[in-house]
Amino acid sequence: MSLYQLQKFLYVLNRDEAAQRKYHSDIDAFIGEFDLTDEEANALREGDIGLLYVLGVNGQILMHYAALLGIEWFDYLDMMREGIEKHGPVRAGVYTMTGGGASFTEEEKNR
Amino acid sequence: MSLVYAGALSHAPGITGRAHLCENTARRDEFLAALDRQRQDIEDSGAEALIVVAAEHFANFFMNNMPAYCIGIGDTYEGPIEDPEWLRIERTKIPGAPDLATRLTREIMQTVDVAYAEEWKFDHGIMVPLNFLTPKYDLPIIPVNINCQGPPLTPLHRAWVFGEALRRACDSVPEKLALVATGGVSHWPATPDSGKINETWDRQFLGQLTRLEKDKLLSYSDEETYAQAGQGGFEIRTYIAAAVAAGGQGHLQFYTAELPIFAVGVTVMKFDIDTAA
Repeated sequence: MSLYQLQKFLYVLNRDEAAQRKYHSDIDAFIGEFDLTDEEANALREGDIGLLYVLGVNGQILMHYAALLGIEWFDYLDMMREGIEKHGPVRAGVYTMTGGGASFTEEEKNR
Repeated sequence: MSLVYAGALSHAPGITGRAHLCENTARRDEFLAALDRQRQDIEDSGAEALIVVAAEHFANFFMNNMPAYCIGIGDTYEGPIEDPEWLRIERTKIPGAPDLATRLTREIMQTVDVAYAEEWKFDHGIMVPLNFLTPKYDLPIIPVNINCQGPPLTPLHRAWVFGEALRRACDSVPEKLALVATGGVSHWPATPDSGKINETWDRQFLGQLTRLEKDKLLSYSDEETYAQAGQGGFEIRTYIAAAVAAGGQGHLQFYTAELPIFAVGVTVMKFDIDTAA
C-alpha cells in the first residue's frame, strides 16, 4: 500500500500538461517514476476508478482524473459504487468511514 | 477601514459543469439570481481587488508540503486546472495584485505563519465563484487557501485567528477590498455519496455563523463534522474566517438543499462589516 505515491501520480497528472502527454505516450515509463504496487500500477493502466477509490484516492483527485479520462459524471459515481461492490470497503485515506453510496439526485434516477 | 464587502458562496464544480443536467430549474435560477446580486454588491462596493478565501482541491498543494494557510502574491494566475469542457468554464488568465497581496501577507504574518505563493493554478474552488462574480476577469484577485482537504487540518480556532488577521491586514492598506469565502456546508463531494446533503446541520451551522457565535462555531470536531456533514464539511473553515474578518451580522441570502445535482447545500451569504472593531 503506497497511497501517498498513488495520489502523487494523479496529482502530478491532473495539473501538468507535460505529464499528461507522457501519460498518453508512455504510461509505463510514467508509472515507473513512482513507487507503486502492482495493484496500484494496474489500476492506473486500466483507469480503474472503482479500484482507485477503494485504494483510498481522495475524490477531489479522482474526480479530476475521471474528467481527464472523459468519464461522464454519473458513470464516475457508478464506477466507485461498483468498485466497493467488487473490492470491498475503502481501505485507506479519509473515506474509510464512507458508505457504499446511493443515488441522491432525481437527475441520476431519471437518466 | 478598507474592507468594503464580505460574503460567502458555494463553489461546487457541478454548479457550472452540471447546470445543464439540473431539473429543478426554478431553484437553480433563484440561485443564479442571488449570485448576480452578489456580483452587483461587489461592484457597487468599489472594491479594487477581491480576496477569495478558498479550500482548493489538490491543484497546487499536496501532502508533500501542505500549508495550513497560503496567500497568492503572483502577477497572474490561470485556471481552471480541470478539463474546461468538463467544468464548462474556459481556461483563462486572471490578474493578481502582487504588491497589495505582499503587504497583506506581511501584516497577516504578525499573528499567523501564512505561506505564500507566486504560482497558483485555480481549480473549480475559485473558478466557479469568479465565473459569476467577476465574469470578465477584470478585477485583481488575491487567492487565499485554507487546507480543508488533506488531514491533519488546521483547528477551527486557528481559522478564527486567521480571519482576525485577514481583517487587520485589510485595515492596514488604503485600497478598497472585497472578500468572499468559497466552500460548502454539508456535502460528500466526488464520492459515491455525492448529492447527499444534511439540511438540518447546514441550517444550524449557518445560523450560528450569521450570529458569529464563537463558542458554538468552534465546538465542531472534525469527527463530528465528517459524520454529519461529510468530508466537504471541513470547508466551514473558509466561512468562519470570512465571517470573523467581517465581524458583523451575517445574512443568508440563499440556501437550498433542493439542488443535489450540484452536490452541496447551495449557499450565498453576505456579512456586515463591523466598523467598531
